[in-house]
Amino acid sequence: MGEIGSGDLVRFVELYAQRIAQRKVELTDLDSQIGDADHGINMDRGFSAVVAKLPDLREGNLGAIAKGVGMTLISTVGGASGPLYGTFFLRLGTSFGERSAIDGAELAAALRAGLDGVKQRGHAELDDKTMVDAMTPAVEALESRVGNQDLGTALAAAADAAAAGRDRVTPLVARKGRASYLGERSANHQDPGATSTTILFEALRDALAPAP
Amino acid sequence: MKKLINDPAKVVDDALGGMAAAYPDLIRVIEPNVVVRKDAPRKGKVGVLSGGGSGHEPMHGGFVGVGMLDAACPGAVFTSPVPDQMLAATKAVDGGAGVLHIVKNYTGDIMNFELAAELAAADGVEVASVVIADDVAVQDSLYTAGRRGVGGTVLAEKIVGAAAEAGQDLASVKALCERVQANVRSMGMALTSCTVPAAGKPTFEIGDDEMEIGIGIHGEPGRERRKLATADEITEMLMNPILDDLPFSSGDKVLAFVNGMGGTPLIELFVIYNKVAQMCAARGLSIERNLVGSYITSLEMAGCSITLLKLDDEMTHLWDAPVHTAALRWGA
Repeated sequence: MGEIGSGDLVRFVELYAQRIAQRKVELTDLDSQIGDADHGINMDRGFSAVVAKLPDLREGNLGAIAKGVGMTLISTVGGASGPLYGTFFLRLGTSFGERSAIDGAELAAALRAGLDGVKQRGHAELDDKTMVDAMTPAVEALESRVGNQDLGTALAAAADAAAAGRDRVTPLVARKGRASYLGERSANHQDPGATSTTILFEALRDALAPAP
Repeated sequence: MKKLINDPAKVVDDALGGMAAAYPDLIRVIEPNVVVRKDAPRKGKVGVLSGGGSGHEPMHGGFVGVGMLDAACPGAVFTSPVPDQMLAATKAVDGGAGVLHIVKNYTGDIMNFELAAELAAADGVEVASVVIADDVAVQDSLYTAGRRGVGGTVLAEKIVGAAAEAGQDLASVKALCERVQANVRSMGMALTSCTVPAAGKPTFEIGDDEMEIGIGIHGEPGRERRKLATADEITEMLMNPILDDLPFSSGDKVLAFVNGMGGTPLIELFVIYNKVAQMCAARGLSIERNLVGSYITSLEMAGCSITLLKLDDEMTHLWDAPVHTAALRWGA
């Protein structure tokens, strides 16, 4: 039944780390406009540490890999993104458990658990202009498609939904995180956290369902 | 970017090495990047711990020593520290009477300190936390991240540190810290931006004739950009929201703190303090104590912040108590 194995999860984490490194400056520039100019730098520091840790993790089951990624992020990133992305991966790990392969529905359930963890840790809701605004529609898109569409199509829809969520909140005034201190001035700036979350769902799409 | 650095990724490590070398009589630096009072843990004394991003020196590492903080956890520049640091610091300063975490109200700081407090509790250390949120430039609301913790943090750390040194228990120290937080208000402004070493360029561009009003301490833009004004006019722009917020009223005894953001000379801070003193007198406030200097900074940003704390007799007494740290020293 399971179509996603440990190798797929590792490939996704490596691809996400690579894309964060490539887009570090872009993420930091977005953060300079409405935050404190460190989002790309912090994410890259954390995922570089994750990549260094992967050789120790890759032989484990899905849960062990995701928990290892989460713990490494919490210990190396700092800021808000460390606990938030760290909690996201820890919850994925709890949901995966000791399984070594899962299907699309189980992946969607794990991502839902990750989203719940992020909302709980950050006390953020939709329209606060945070990563939740990209993650929520992406998880919903995946949930509604697994089971009746192939995994590749469902993951592509999730990535598109994340990007649409990110763009939808750009005009809004931020209500959480550093950007909220700017009040009205935070409107019409793209949110860095929603951007890094969109990159995550794009990496998931490309790692698990490579274009033919 | 011109900076006195070796490697942008090593700025915090190198600076901590320097601090440890400069103040071996006061502090030691332990893994993972924690500044600890040299004689910690002290049996039976409440440990007082703070932390936050680096780039605000001397806060917090410069306040570790006798009569103030027992430990400071510096994160990367402008990035909150990680839970591993607060956990190690909490254990290092726990003398059996529990540990108070003084946390500035930033989303990342709150989350990382929360995680650390959960881990410390799991290890059997009693931890209490107080969040400092004194910046009146941020409109408080249930639906936002709330006010930032800025200049009031310095005053809270001194007063609370003195109480812990005097042997007050964790509940009393926590209640005192909450009382300071409830009675302190601040606001800041910037003439220039600053450059995060790893970013390599200023966080924002600003014209020679412009200023940012309502900034925090992370080189971030403020609530509004205005044309540059005189020091007296700027002092009014910062003081009026502070005075009206608490509000401070005639007869109140206050501590007035004029703080430099890192790139402003002391002579300009005294120009600001001159007007602060005049405005307090006009309102009938009695400035019982004051502090003028750069204590909570934003790298090399030019600008200042003003903090007013409404004092009671206990706070005044604790402010006067001996302190011996790298950045503040009197009576010891």
